[in-house]
Amino acid sequence: MSVEAAPRHRDREALVATALLLGLALVLVLLIAVPLWSLLSKSVQNSNGQFVGLANFSRYIATPSLVASLWNSIWVSSLVALIVVPLAFLYAYALTRSRMPGRGLFMAVAMTPLFAPSLLSAISLIYIFGNQGFLKSWLFGASIYGPVGIVIAEAVYCFPHALLILVTALRLADGRLYEVAEALGTAKSRVFFTVTLPGARYGLVSAVFVVFTLVITDFGIPKVIGGQFNVLATDAYKQIVGQQNFEMGAVVGLILLMPAILAFAVDRQVQKRQVALLSARAVPYEPKANAKRDLALLAFCLVIGGVLIGMLGMAIWASFIRYWPYNLSLTLNNYDFANFDPQGWGAYLTSLQMAALTAIFGTALVFMGAYLVEKTRPQPLLRGFVHFLAMLPMAVPGLVLGLGYVFFVNAKWNPLGIFYGTLVVLVANTVAHFYTVAHITAVTQLKQIDSEFESVSASLKVPFWVTFRRVTLPISLPAVTDIAVYLFVNALTTVSAVIFLYGPSTKLASIAIVHMDEMGAVAAAAAMATCIVFTAMAVKLLHLALDRLVFARFQAWRKR
Amino acid sequence: MPNHAVMPSAAPRAPAGSFLSIRGLSKSFGPFQALKSIDLEIGEGEFVCFLGSSGCGKTTLLRAIAGLDRQTSGTIMLRGLDVSNAPPSARDFGIVFQSYALFPNLTVAANVGYGLVNQRKPRVAIDARVKELLALVGLPDQAMKYPAQLSGGQQQRVALARALATSPGLLLLDEPLSALDARVRLRLREEIRALQRRLGVTTIMVTHDQEEALSMAERIVVMNHGVIEQVGTPEEVYARPKTAFVADFVGRMTFLPGVIESETLVRLGDQRLRVAETPGFATGELVALGLRPEAVRLVDGAGENRLAMRITALEYLGSFVRATLSSDGAAPLTLLADLPFNVMQDRAYIPGQAVMAELPAGALRVFPSRTGA
Amino acid sequence: MKQGWLAGVAMGLVLAMGWSNAAEAQGRTRITAYTALENDQLQPFKQAIEADVPDVEIAWVRDSTGVITSRFLAEKDNPRADIVLGLAATSLLLFEKLNLLEEYKPAGADALKPAYKDTSGGYTWTGMDAFLAVVCFNTAEAGKDKIAAPTSWMDLTKPEFKGKVVMPHPASSGTGYLKVAAWLQIMGEQAGWAYMDKLHENIAVYTHSGSAPCVQAAKGERLVGIGFDMRGAREKTQGAPIDLILPKEGAGWDMEATAIVKGSKNLAAAKKVADWVATKKANELYGKYYALVAHPDVKSAPPNYPADAEVKMAKNDFTWMAENRERILAEWTKRYDSKAAPR
Repeated sequence: MSVEAAPRHRDREALVATALLLGLALVLVLLIAVPLWSLLSKSVQNSNGQFVGLANFSRYIATPSLVASLWNSIWVSSLVALIVVPLAFLYAYALTRSRMPGRGLFMAVAMTPLFAPSLLSAISLIYIFGNQGFLKSWLFGASIYGPVGIVIAEAVYCFPHALLILVTALRLADGRLYEVAEALGTAKSRVFFTVTLPGARYGLVSAVFVVFTLVITDFGIPKVIGGQFNVLATDAYKQIVGQQNFEMGAVVGLILLMPAILAFAVDRQVQKRQVALLSARAVPYEPKANAKRDLALLAFCLVIGGVLIGMLGMAIWASFIRYWPYNLSLTLNNYDFANFDPQGWGAYLTSLQMAALTAIFGTALVFMGAYLVEKTRPQPLLRGFVHFLAMLPMAVPGLVLGLGYVFFVNAKWNPLGIFYGTLVVLVANTVAHFYTVAHITAVTQLKQIDSEFESVSASLKVPFWVTFRRVTLPISLPAVTDIAVYLFVNALTTVSAVIFLYGPSTKLASIAIVHMDEMGAVAAAAAMATCIVFTAMAVKLLHLALDRLVFARFQAWRKR
Repeated sequence: MPNHAVMPSAAPRAPAGSFLSIRGLSKSFGPFQALKSIDLEIGEGEFVCFLGSSGCGKTTLLRAIAGLDRQTSGTIMLRGLDVSNAPPSARDFGIVFQSYALFPNLTVAANVGYGLVNQRKPRVAIDARVKELLALVGLPDQAMKYPAQLSGGQQQRVALARALATSPGLLLLDEPLSALDARVRLRLREEIRALQRRLGVTTIMVTHDQEEALSMAERIVVMNHGVIEQVGTPEEVYARPKTAFVADFVGRMTFLPGVIESETLVRLGDQRLRVAETPGFATGELVALGLRPEAVRLVDGAGENRLAMRITALEYLGSFVRATLSSDGAAPLTLLADLPFNVMQDRAYIPGQAVMAELPAGALRVFPSRTGA
Repeated sequence: MKQGWLAGVAMGLVLAMGWSNAAEAQGRTRITAYTALENDQLQPFKQAIEADVPDVEIAWVRDSTGVITSRFLAEKDNPRADIVLGLAATSLLLFEKLNLLEEYKPAGADALKPAYKDTSGGYTWTGMDAFLAVVCFNTAEAGKDKIAAPTSWMDLTKPEFKGKVVMPHPASSGTGYLKVAAWLQIMGEQAGWAYMDKLHENIAVYTHSGSAPCVQAAKGERLVGIGFDMRGAREKTQGAPIDLILPKEGAGWDMEATAIVKGSKNLAAAKKVADWVATKKANELYGKYYALVAHPDVKSAPPNYPADAEVKMAKNDFTWMAENRERILAEWTKRYDSKAAPR
């Protein structure tokens, strides 16, 4: 019997998916891999660009301060994780597992550090606990300049990140488990240790690693408040900015990648096991009223929320002070930015433009990329590669990524050089810098969508891009706007990567803040930071309002 | 009902009218072999069930037929056309999943018409077809609702209507009833069967529920560890299981260890049982003697193929009672016997009671010994 | 859907490019100038240049000395700046050594004081103004603790200053290195290290930013900040209770200088700007912000500067500084940086 092959031209979908994946891989290689390589490859070169093997590494390892820096980085990062994660867990517990009043408000309060440039918490800390600070005595003689300050400031900075993860983890609880436990007359504390804690353990592990990675790669806080307390990130800063020694900077950057990648690999291993745990038929947990518990949690949240609001409030107040600490009269002059920076309010407007473009293009790229990785079938190796690239930026300090962009985009042979110093490069760099968390959000969302949608579409001869447009995207709108807001807010506050990249007409507000702080105009810096905080908050509120008012109409299908 | 000749399972045969023909199909996930050289023929208009426990490869086989997961080797022919490497969209099938996989943001009508819109048919034609399909699955007035507003059974009907909308040549059902509660499951079982007969669409259903397979399929493909154990009509599979696995998976079967004494005689301890046949077994070989619980009869007085036993437990299962019987002695035999409710009422058996069990020779089947297997 | 996305990308790119190139449409030559001048000086400098040099538009890229120097070096294969205007001479010497500067002597350069002129082989850079290392001493805080103002570097090693002095970290900040190098030159290497050993006992923190010490002293965070005169003067003008003290041993100094970047695509215009830098009029502008300027005829007296600045300028050999940088930093790091314990 003669056998005829089925027509092959209909495998257009696989071709399109492959082409899109190749395009995505190319974009991510340009956005992430090549810039990183451009800098990190210098770690095996001398200043003339000749290959010198591991000479730079052995030179760095011979430096007595390296071991100290490495050790400091590790213990500070671990300590911050140990402090932040339990606090964030309890806070998240209060938000998800109690009927404490004002839960929405407390959630919003906890997010404020996310909306502020990291310099803001440093300014607040100095005003509160510094040598002229009104609560200096609370430190019992310890100085805020050093590990104490780093730990406090990093804890504030990391708190919302840990909280977001833990709230998600606790929200996913299966109410049936609690009903069973209650039916069996299990003691409350035992329920907590046998049901609640194990249920959230993947979230906990994830939160620990995210906090650890955030702290170890951040140089902004140690630079301003760390004194000469050496950590790896300030070592990189010293080499690159202090001594213009890019080769050694690359060495530190590479060493800095190690703990972050290690933490990341462990996290991935743990996360892999999570999938099977969540059953599709879980019943959402509804906390019951319990006045004693709710009151205790309320007190706890008031303390934490009070600290966070206090930090922000301090900075806002600082922005109106004429001359700290000798003339505390209030003035609006600090908001007249033209007195402090030639761009005046222009930097703020540039920041808005940059953030908007980052949100638009970043969200489109991240979400479509996550869709291709998660929902298409061809090219498993390519998809794995893309996923790896997407996860990489989390572990890269902004300084390293930013300098990598200079070496790559500005290279003589690179036709992309026409974008150097323009918003295009700033946007590309910012998308790359914050790609990982956005990507994880998108993948998490897509994993929740029935994987058979694509199978059904294929059986109905509907190509996947139609299903993406008609089904996946509309269902995912809340996650998509989450990503957009995340990128927008971070684009407003980012400093470390873009400080090498802005051009004459593209100076950003976050950089203006650093400049004003350096020239001693702390109040003006606080004022600009306050503007950014309120802009970020306004965007977040707009997001919530849109969610409630507009999207609700498109989301009628969610109602039963 | 179309009458299909029962085909022997392992012999690859390509009848001129074979609708779907699978040859030497294998699929590996890394070192794990999910399918081991599967051969299968399915005729047009047939309703076939893939039956097996989870992990036996039945869903993998279904997804390979659909093209959703590509096989490692082997060929799949649909209507004489080699589709082994064709993408799903080129294979002409509709599919229904356990999860329904309805698009939650689209109305019932939009879900059903999903595949039609892409065919660039006129609006009116689509609306008419959607209406017709919804009537077919008994949901004529639910068109404007969203899936979340429907019950599970209704959702699965919508999924069925969506799969049938483009009039596919092959309907694939992947555990379509497993997520539903028992009563809905029973009703939908009949509805799907009736619908399939009416439309005459070739249908493959994957299930782990032997009752479902027995009641719906024209032919059952029993799978285990990536191989087909037996292919046959429900009657064949139930009454003449080819392997001990099939015997135990489809219906219940108790196994008694024995030794072949002659072509029609098997020794169990110090007893001898007559059997209908011992095909291919040599004298002295250790075997497992299989017997369905409902074939056991409790009788009075000793005789051929009768064992003196004692009732150790009684389990009420609605229309019948399942008795566990044990023999006395050093190596006790244990046996299940299903007693019709009326028999129970007449004889009023109680646990501990001594009884005489008859094991009819025609109901005893000889399988290779399971010890060490 | 996909087409729309692509169109969006294209539009975004066009918009972004449009923003960055807005000036060229006006027919003026846009000169990209890398600078570390103070933020508030940028606008007056730009206006003055654009008024005196027709058809030129100045586009600043301003950052701290360390960042702008790093950036310039990172871009060295494909320079983006046309001119470096107002950057520490130590950085420009580094650029000159790497052959990144255009050889050009501005028209009026001969009239300037000798120290402000490039005396090495090819003429590349021209000094504008000089700034001195000073002690920013917070009189308000000193009054509380009844601490007498220091008059010399040696005074800072007294026990009453323990934990009250800040200076920039020499590995993080070029200005920090400048101070270390100055002590080694003023006192001689051995005495210099011995001095720093004692000073280290009093240091509260080595800051990563060169500008932080005087700012912190001005805000009362510290009693003493070892910084630069113009920074302290600025804080004092704003109302900070600080005195700027020029230690009697003499003080390290650096100057702000200008040089044309090799490979500038606007060479002619850049040369005109470089010419302007050496004019008397330009020096009068520097004089508003700095006590010491390059032009001998310009007498400047900006508010709140210490007197006798020129006299206190110590011998400062930039070439020696550059050549010994790695060695000195290694020694410094070994002595002070590896003591991780913060104070």
